[in-house]
Amino acid sequence: MTYRKGVTPYLYFIPVIAFLIMFLGYPLIETFRLAFTHPAEPLGNFLRVTRTGELWNALRYTLIISAIVVPAQLALALALALFINMRFKGYLILLYIVSIPLALSDVSAALMSYSIFSPSGYINKILMNLGMASSPIYFFGRGFETRAFWVIVITEIWRATPLVFVIILAGLQSVNKEYLEAADVFGFSRWTKLWKIILPILKPAMLSALLIRTLFAFQIFGVAWLLTGRDIPILAGEAYYWQSIRYNSNVAASYGLVIAMVSIIISWIYLVVLRSREVEGARA
Amino acid sequence: MIKKTLTLIVAVVIAIWFLSPVVLIVISSLTPSAEYYDPSRILPRSLTLDHLRSLFVTLGGWRATLNSIQVAGMSIGISFLFGLPAAYALTRFVFRGKNSIRLGILLTRSFPVLIIGIPLLILYMRIGISDTLLGVALAHTSMVLPFVVLISSSIIGGISVEYEEAGMIFGLSRFASFMRITMPLVLPGLAASAIFAFIMSWNEVFVAAILTVGSRTLPAHILNAAMTAPDYFKFAAGTIMAVPAMIFIFFTRKYLMSLWGISLK
Repeated sequence: MTYRKGVTPYLYFIPVIAFLIMFLGYPLIETFRLAFTHPAEPLGNFLRVTRTGELWNALRYTLIISAIVVPAQLALALALALFINMRFKGYLILLYIVSIPLALSDVSAALMSYSIFSPSGYINKILMNLGMASSPIYFFGRGFETRAFWVIVITEIWRATPLVFVIILAGLQSVNKEYLEAADVFGFSRWTKLWKIILPILKPAMLSALLIRTLFAFQIFGVAWLLTGRDIPILAGEAYYWQSIRYNSNVAASYGLVIAMVSIIISWIYLVVLRSREVEGARA
Repeated sequence: MIKKTLTLIVAVVIAIWFLSPVVLIVISSLTPSAEYYDPSRILPRSLTLDHLRSLFVTLGGWRATLNSIQVAGMSIGISFLFGLPAAYALTRFVFRGKNSIRLGILLTRSFPVLIIGIPLLILYMRIGISDTLLGVALAHTSMVLPFVVLISSSIIGGISVEYEEAGMIFGLSRFASFMRITMPLVLPGLAASAIFAFIMSWNEVFVAAILTVGSRTLPAHILNAAMTAPDYFKFAAGTIMAVPAMIFIFFTRKYLMSLWGISLK
């Protein structure tokens, strides 16, 4: 390591910091400005979409989807990681198969889901061939919002569980084998080992997976938009609608601002939790 | 024995759950339209490349694919150009505020990148680069760059600084010492992270769709065309989005696993 007192080390960061100020910092401030720019009243853009209930509806759906998808992904990813970490013969093949969705975009995930759930999709064909349905079951469109909602949830769980899985598996591999051997000596059951040893060690990995997934869950776009358009309104979808179809950057920016505020609050809570744990660690 | 069988069954169920959507959309994209709309045929009797061909040739898919590749290439280039010096300084120097800088860059990873689309569109219109691939590439760079800095610093940090110092003692400059000694050692890791960065840009749809009208990237093109296109074009589009990304991941899977901190031993 080279110890540097002067300004030299800081010079290496100028390109990165300048770029991020220009392309993340400036747009964030500009989002505020756009959202509060309205010819009549400062909150006009928000009022326009809160009066009709559009914003609350989108916020509600985004929250509910996140509240179902994120815990489901954590639980499934934990189960998957525990299973694959048993390292049975051929577990590597399964590991690679599970990581496939990591490479896929929300656009292709949505279209894959559509090939299964569309009126002429695989589910309908199988049901009709088995005689369990006489005409296609519709999963999308007006009047079928509940079904469309669950298709979005399943698709999101399918698509993003592997992201949580790789984080948890990495954490799981860092569990010291000697702890588990010691537990065996004392005759602990599998459940006791899981709850008393593995999960506490996994907590940091689970927390960071939880943060990342919650943040991304609030940015859900491609799956919901491609499968249902505005039938299941979500924050990013509404921002896209107001920008690209209604050409109203101010209302679009208002939705952007809501997403940004939620992200900032979640990151802040996470930092507070992290810091309190650091303090605990310092005391111990 | 029972345990072995049970493990096998669970493993097969998991594999089917994760693989089947991918396999099914590829089959769908190759299914002739008459067979797709025939409810009595679950799997097609014959396969056709017609949908993929018309998507590429007449529906602008090829143009959009080239656009996507250019955008990803540019943002990887800018990210490494700007990101490598920072990654180098993070691993090779000790200085006040280093942890704050690292934390700051880490925090930008939790920034909701999609919100930059709308303000950047307005900025681009003012400075005359609206609807250009460069504009999209710059926006994607803001997502890729923090990733490149953090990953590169952990890769460079894995190579002892002593080799470089030895090079400098023998008269190489700091830059030459890095390029000739450390660079060849970290190149495979950097290449794997470049591929991952490529996929980040290749898959990004929201910002790209907001920023472009004429020169759309592939996902932005699909997002706009898919709503009105017949189903089999949707499946063809999903397939051409998915296949390159999966091929890239397949070839770099071992490096990616170590990037994610998973040991394969």
